[in-house]
Amino acid sequence: MTQLSDLVTKCSPNWCPGCGNIAIWGAFKNAAVQKGWDNTNTAIVAGIGCHGHIINFIKLTSFEGLHGRAIPVATGIKLANNRLNVFTFTGDGDCLAEGGNHFIHACRRNHNINVFIHDNAIYALTTGQTSPTSPHGFKSKSTPQGNPDYPLNPVALAIASGATFVARAYAGDIQGTTDLMIKANEHQGISILDILQPCVTFNKEISHTFYQQNIYKIDASHDVKNKEAAFKKALEWGEKQIPIGVFYQIEEPTYESQLPQITNNPLIDSNPERNNLADLFEEFV
Amino acid sequence: MTKTQYAIKVGGQAGQGIKSAGQILAKVATRSAYNIFTYTEFPSIIRGGHNVTQVVIGEDEVTAPLLKCDLLLALNQDTIDKHKDELTDKGIIVFNSEGRIDTSKVRKTINLCPIPFTKFAADAGDKELLENTVAIGAALAMIEGDLPTLTDLLKAEYGSKGTDIVEANKKAANLGYEYAKSQYSKNIKKVLVKKENQEKKMMLNGCEAVGLGAIAGGLQFAAIYPMSPITNILHVLAKYQERFGFIYKQPEDEISAINMAIGAAYAGARSLTTTSGGGFCLMSEGYGLAGITETPLVIVEGMRPGPATGLPTWSGQGDLQFLLHAHQGEFPRIVLAAGDIKESFDLTMKALNLAEKYQTPVVVLIDKNICDGDQSYPLFDISKFALDRGKLTRDKKENYKRYEISDDGISVRSIPGVGNYFIANSDEHDEEGFSADESDIAVTQQSKRMRKLVACEKKDMEKPVLYGPENADATIVSWGSNKGSILAAIADFSNVNFLHITWMNPFPTDDVKRILSKSKYLIDIECNFTGQLAALIAEKTGIMILDKYLKYDGRPFFPEEISDKLKSVLNK
Repeated sequence: MTQLSDLVTKCSPNWCPGCGNIAIWGAFKNAAVQKGWDNTNTAIVAGIGCHGHIINFIKLTSFEGLHGRAIPVATGIKLANNRLNVFTFTGDGDCLAEGGNHFIHACRRNHNINVFIHDNAIYALTTGQTSPTSPHGFKSKSTPQGNPDYPLNPVALAIASGATFVARAYAGDIQGTTDLMIKANEHQGISILDILQPCVTFNKEISHTFYQQNIYKIDASHDVKNKEAAFKKALEWGEKQIPIGVFYQIEEPTYESQLPQITNNPLIDSNPERNNLADLFEEFV
Repeated sequence: MTKTQYAIKVGGQAGQGIKSAGQILAKVATRSAYNIFTYTEFPSIIRGGHNVTQVVIGEDEVTAPLLKCDLLLALNQDTIDKHKDELTDKGIIVFNSEGRIDTSKVRKTINLCPIPFTKFAADAGDKELLENTVAIGAALAMIEGDLPTLTDLLKAEYGSKGTDIVEANKKAANLGYEYAKSQYSKNIKKVLVKKENQEKKMMLNGCEAVGLGAIAGGLQFAAIYPMSPITNILHVLAKYQERFGFIYKQPEDEISAINMAIGAAYAGARSLTTTSGGGFCLMSEGYGLAGITETPLVIVEGMRPGPATGLPTWSGQGDLQFLLHAHQGEFPRIVLAAGDIKESFDLTMKALNLAEKYQTPVVVLIDKNICDGDQSYPLFDISKFALDRGKLTRDKKENYKRYEISDDGISVRSIPGVGNYFIANSDEHDEEGFSADESDIAVTQQSKRMRKLVACEKKDMEKPVLYGPENADATIVSWGSNKGSILAAIADFSNVNFLHITWMNPFPTDDVKRILSKSKYLIDIECNFTGQLAALIAEKTGIMILDKYLKYDGRPFFPEEISDKLKSVLNK
């Protein structure tokens, strides 16, 4: 089994003290230990942003791609080797601005991959500009007069786009985040987990305290199979009114399960040698 | 050489089945043991607009379209108006006698063969589409083609639509054929008399060749977004994916296409994407990502004239310097350019090996003329091809370092899931892949990556081919689909040779320099405005080619044009 010490690399996290990424990192490592995710069964992909540094701090084979492009890389990995657990770490800017097109299309395709959005409602690595999830009126270096745009709701967007597992976590709730990460991976199909995290350096408005005062856990009375109920819950946002937990989960055939080419073995186990193509060439006679 | 070839042009509106009519005639020719080359011009619309397909038939290999036309099969007035002057003296026009066609402006030496397409179509089955089949039958009679070969093809073409449709088409072809044969027997030429027991010939276009080359080259994963002129590549791959056990994935855009292909390649699948110049603009960021993460990737780029949407259904060669320089910074890229359909098959197959061997992106440049044109070939022989996956391991290694420094710059590549830990990192990184910005690491990793090109140059780069005599009065330098027209043109000259370049990066500097230094007169032929190959030759060899014969209207060079150019140069 995976031990916590197996996941240690030579690099120490370089996030700011108190950064939500530290908690997400801890939550993921706990999940890996609990479920035995290691270098024989797991690959991780990250985009660009503060979140992307995570690949240096977890000893799991990884790919750090381009800003916004983590999801297509993860999709390619899963199609090539559907034996792997594939975890995609991305940010609100990475996933929803630069990568917005990939996000909505990944949601409708049901590849069996996990997308964890490190959602701090700001561009932190570029030192504090408004992001797609920053509130209206939000003051930042790019919106000193207040944000004239309205925020995008990743949970509602994921449900509307056809994702089969949509959940939200709060990074400060490490145990809860770990549980949702495990549930996401156990779900067969695309799993979107929006993880609320404060940026303690550049986003003073949305702090740990703000989340701790306003989140509540979705209880058992919520029907996760009901798309309308899920959508209604996704639209909740306000004082004491930020739900965390699973909003929506249904079973649909995964993309991979629909491909006869990989029913028995992953693509990478197929033999690419094709020495006799005479029959194929005959079709062009 | 072109004098012994017979050229048929089929013209009409988009949606009238012009291309398919041309292809059926071409296939009757290949199945009668002749060689063919087809060239199609069409606008970027599905219905309406002028479409024309040319089929050139020859006893020997045919490599180019021609300006001349021996038989014009006109399905509308436009075809006659636009192409009547291309007809050779004593050329033939086959057209619908009931189509209110005005032939008053056609030269008197041309043989007019009006045929009641509409009546015969109605007799055969009352389907407007049958007019086409009547026309094909009539045209075939005028070149003494084999009717049973045609009816076999019609059966294969329409078999899935039911016996009625097949029979109606056979009847339509027969009516057209017999009428033409009896009414215009004086004008019939023995062009396509069937030869039995000959070697089988394939007929395929460049898109099909790339698809087959990819399959032969061991393709496991392809992600391709549709775009003219490469869309048919994805049609071929989508069709054969289950049979050969690879995956074709349609992505949401070209950015996703290249990143999916990179992800699949990183995970261990032989991967490819294809696009045209506009799509490649979107792929540029992924191009360098494959470079720095040392991920094997083949990109087939089918050129059409830009900028922006440009001439979407026409051909161009304006992307050479783009592919040589796209993306910020520097990384090793292998850039190859195919000169014809067979070369696009061979280079796609080889590119899949080169990508894995050098763990870097490999580009195969083709152009619309290659993508859409058909050519006949003996069945491809792949017996000499051996899959080479390079330094790839699926064993667990002690102290594994993905980006270990090595003499040839190539490190042992592993894949996720086999126990080896590594990071494929778009940040500059150390030997394990951890993000690093120390000076010594930046220098050793960049120079390691760039050394791979030196290794490739020594081990795999092929010499450019010089066609024609070793010593000549004029030397043509060119690339891409111009090759076929140049070969057809220089066949008539004993004192002209032609240097065909396929390796653009690494570049065969010494060979090009040696050959061009000996030449008495140099002509650069390209389909772009600035002479991009000439610029590359100047950069690499210091040789400036002063006579640049350039075309940038989307049309190919025709052998007749090159021949005229050579005459004017040699007579100076």
